[in-house]
Formats: sequence, structure tokens, C-alpha cells
Amino acid sequence: MKLTAEQLGWSVHGRTLLEDVFLDVAPGQTFGLIGPNGSGKTTLLRLLAGLNKPKKGHVRIDGQPLAKMRQRHIAQSVALVEQQAETTDRIYVREVVALGRTPFLSALRPWSTHDDAIVDQALDDVDMTHMAGRLWHTLSGGERQRVHIARALAQQPKILLLDEPTNHLDIRHQLSILELVRQLPITVVISLHDLNQAMECDRIGVMDGGRLIASGQPHDVLTAQRLQETFGVHAHVLDDPIDGKRIMRFRSAI
Amino acid sequence: MKAIAMHSTPMARTQAHWLWLAPLVLLIALLAGTAIGETSIPVDTILKVLANHLLGANYAVDRIDAGIIWNYRLSRAIVAACCGAALALAGVVLQALLRNPLADPYLMGISAGASTGAVAVTVAGLGAGAFTLSAGAFAGAGLAFGLVVLLAHAASSGTGGGRSNQAAGAIILAGIAGSQLFNALTAFIITKSASAEQARGIMFWLLGNLSGVRWSDVAIAFPAALGGLLICLWHRRALDAFTFGADSAASMGISVRPTRGLLIIAVALVTAIMVSIVGAIGFVGLVIPHAMRFIVGTQHTRLVPASALAGAVFLIGSDILSRTLVPGQVLPIGVITSLIGAPAFALILVRGTRTR
Repeated sequence: MKLTAEQLGWSVHGRTLLEDVFLDVAPGQTFGLIGPNGSGKTTLLRLLAGLNKPKKGHVRIDGQPLAKMRQRHIAQSVALVEQQAETTDRIYVREVVALGRTPFLSALRPWSTHDDAIVDQALDDVDMTHMAGRLWHTLSGGERQRVHIARALAQQPKILLLDEPTNHLDIRHQLSILELVRQLPITVVISLHDLNQAMECDRIGVMDGGRLIASGQPHDVLTAQRLQETFGVHAHVLDDPIDGKRIMRFRSAI
Repeated sequence: MKAIAMHSTPMARTQAHWLWLAPLVLLIALLAGTAIGETSIPVDTILKVLANHLLGANYAVDRIDAGIIWNYRLSRAIVAACCGAALALAGVVLQALLRNPLADPYLMGISAGASTGAVAVTVAGLGAGAFTLSAGAFAGAGLAFGLVVLLAHAASSGTGGGRSNQAAGAIILAGIAGSQLFNALTAFIITKSASAEQARGIMFWLLGNLSGVRWSDVAIAFPAALGGLLICLWHRRALDAFTFGADSAASMGISVRPTRGLLIIAVALVTAIMVSIVGAIGFVGLVIPHAMRFIVGTQHTRLVPASALAGAVFLIGSDILSRTLVPGQVLPIGVITSLIGAPAFALILVRGTRTR
């Protein structure tokens, strides 16, 4: 599904958190969202997921404005993995993943073996099948993150939005989640802090002060000058002699 | 542990199990509530009286026994069941929606408002005898709830309608403010104009009193409890979806504001009805949902019917004890619910955490 935003704006208490954002993500593309703390990445993802109605502009999926769609209808196409979603309930991992089927269930459409199969697959995708019977509060932060991703996958979304999903994960699971996300045949918008990981996206956008100040191919966007201006670091861009990929080495904060 | 966890499919089986058991347990509790009292009445006499009234049979039964059973104890047991079920459901819903384990049916100022309404009618003489205590309590509960909702709305719209989790916090704080205000009003009216005798009567009523209950109360309590149960069952998946907060529920397709508004208004209404009939019985709405989460898990498909059943049976049992514990005297039922409930809950809490 194609995801677009036009002239998107959002503010709270008269403080502008997002201004004039234009975004265009082609079907199947993985779009990386980067930017310093407080630059508006989370706010943008919330608007894209339909959690907040934009104060200015529109979000559209396949040309249809989100603001005019019912929440349930949105959730049948768009899934969001929030940064911190916690519970004190004594809930089992499998039950959490099963929540992802909510937008498809109703009094007339009860839980079925089809839903079970989808939940099994989602657990397998994030390598959590062996923990399906564990209680939520016994999981580590990284395991919880993987369960949330499985829950989003159980929605079988056509657009997947992830807010810093690799936080808390060990390096192996960071790479496997990113690999999984990139291989999904769906549209993905993912906010990331690790700029080298962002280089693996099809396209990236840089947020600063609530604006999308640049977007395009990773190596066009992430130049040494950009790193200095937006992220406040001195960095080199190197070529990895093994596979020729570009990597960044950050030397010092400005 | 695995066996418990894999319930997406076995759930259907456990569910069927419950459905068979629930009416049976409830029926036994109702029979016990009718049989046990200052004068014990044998079960066969009860069955004969029921047959006379319900099936038009013509068994010869002692007229006094028949009167006690039909006019006094049975209606009382049914109202106790309805009230227990409704309060437990209100607790389930508020704890799920507000993400706060301390949420109970009186959180929204309902019991405080009801007591103000009750003393306004009985002590201050508001309405000059045109209102009953129940009507006054209901009006007071409604007024307090309305005020709390307005306050919560004003407080949460101050955040720009932004993160919906903040709205839950605003509701809780508004409820505390509203409760304090109405409790103060009640105290003010009592100290200003009540005699010691009246104050004691109000105190007794506030702790829960099923003594005056008749069939006309059943006609109000039963539809209210049933309506509450059906609304909760209909929204069981929405209640599940709130596990990780309102934003997460929204991202899974729940229209948070309308759903939360409907459910909170529904349980507030049902609670206000129960409070106006029997007073503010504590503990049931707070603790039964937690106890049931330990036993049947957090999924509302099971939690909702289980809590309704447990609340109903628990309150019938408490009522029996309140009538029999001290011979010749009826204790306020709220005293019993807390005296029995608190240790029982402590046991579940300790054992529940140890076994997992």
C-alpha cells in the first residue's frame, strides 16, 4: 500500500511538534526515519497510524484520507509498534500476539484456527515460539519488543510502522528484526537511532525540529555535512572493504 | 504452565465448561440464601413454594414459611446476586479501561454522590417527602458522576486531546476530587442537621443494607445487572485490547473515546442503580476482578462471566453471614464483604504469585 502525507502539522498547547511534512512511501518500500531526540519522529508515526488526527494536512493510504476512515478499518491495514507499551496484567505471550487479530474479529466473526495459524507464524517470525507460554512480566525488554512486533505482524498489515523497534535488543536480534522487516513485502516506516542500520533502508528521511528536512537514498542523505548540521557529530564515511558498503564512523560530538 | 498458556483453541472448551457450571452454582447459592436464616427452612419446603409460585402447583406449605421465602428471602438473594455481579463487572471494566489496579466502581464519585443524595433527602428533607431515599441516592450518584466526567473532560482536553493514556489519569484524579467534594457535603449536612440516631441510620445504609429489599427492587436490579453483563460481553475484545493502554487499543482498531465513554457510562449507571437500592457495598468491585484474574486469566471472554458469577455468589454468601453471624442482629453487609473478602483475597494473592 502507498502511504502519503501532505503538509502534515501537529501541535500541543500551542507548541508545534510537527510542521509541513510531506512524505511519499511507495508500496513495499522500507522507509527509515532518523533524527535527533525530540525531532518529531514519534509524533509523525502516531499521525501516520491514525492515533492522532492531524491539525493540518492529510495522511492517505492508497489515496484515501485516514481522517475519514474508521479506526477498525485503519487497523486492518496499518499496524504500529510503539516505543514503550507496558502492562501490569498477568498476560501470556501468546495472548499478547493474539490481540493483533482484534481488528478482524467481531461477534459475527469469532476466533478461528486461521487466526491461530497467523499467531503461530507471527511468533515464529520474531523467534519467540518457544516463549509462547511465558508470562509477560517474566520477559526481558528485548523479548517484550519482539512480542510487540509479533503482535503487529498478527494484524497482517499492509503498512507497518515501527518506533525505534531495535531499542533494548541485543545485536543478533537487532539484525534479525531489521532483516525480517526489510524482507516483508509490505510498506514499512521505521524510526531508527543507529544510522548505519538506517543505511540499509530503501529510502530515509531526516527529521529535525518537527520538519522533514531531507529524504532520499541513504547515501545521498547521510553525508558528513548532514551529520554535522543535524546530528551534531563529526563523522567519516568509509567503504567496507569486504562488501563495499558504506559505513559511518562517528568521531566526536560538536 | 504450558497447558494454561495455550488457550486460544482450548479456550472454547473451558468456556463451555463454565457455561454449564455457572447457572448451577448460582442456583445453589440462591437456594442457600433462601434456606439459611434465623429460622432455617428445609430445601423441600423452598422447592414447594417455588413450584406454587412459578408453576402454579398447589403444595400445602406453612403460610409464614411461604411468606418468608417468597416475599423476603428469595427477592433479597436475587438482588444480592444482581448487585454482586454488577459491582464486580464495574470493577472489571474500570480496571481494564483506566489501567489502574485500584480502580473500583465507586471511583467516579458514585458512592459519595449517592450518600449526599440520601442524606439530602432523609436528613435535610429535600423534596419534602416527594423522594424516597433510593431516588435521592440515585440522583446524587448521577450528579456526582456527571461532575466527575465534566472535570475529567476539561482536564484531558487541556492536553490537546493528545495521548489518550493521560485521559485515564485525568478520570481517576477527577473521581478523587469529586468524591472528596461530595463526602464533605454529606458530612456537612449530617453535622448541621442530623440527630445521632439519623447519623447512625445513614452510616448503616452506606455500609450496605439488603433488609428492605422486595420484588419491586428485583424488577430494577435484574435488568440493570443483565444489561451490564451483555454490554461487557459484547465489548470483551475491546477490553482485551486495552491491555497495553489506550494508544495500543487504538492501533488495534478500537475507537477509544466512544468505546471508553459508552462502557464507563454503562457501568456508572448500573453501579448507581445498585447503590440506590442497597447502599455502597465495598470490596466486591475492587477485589473480585483481581481474584478472578488469578483463577481464569486476563482474557475478558472468561473474566467477564467469571467475575459476574463470583460477585453474585460472594454477595449472596456475605448476606447469609450478615444475617446469621450475630444472632438477633443484622450486620451491615459491607462489613462482612471486607472481613471475609480481605483474608480470602490475601490468600489468593500469596498462593497465586507462588505457584507461577
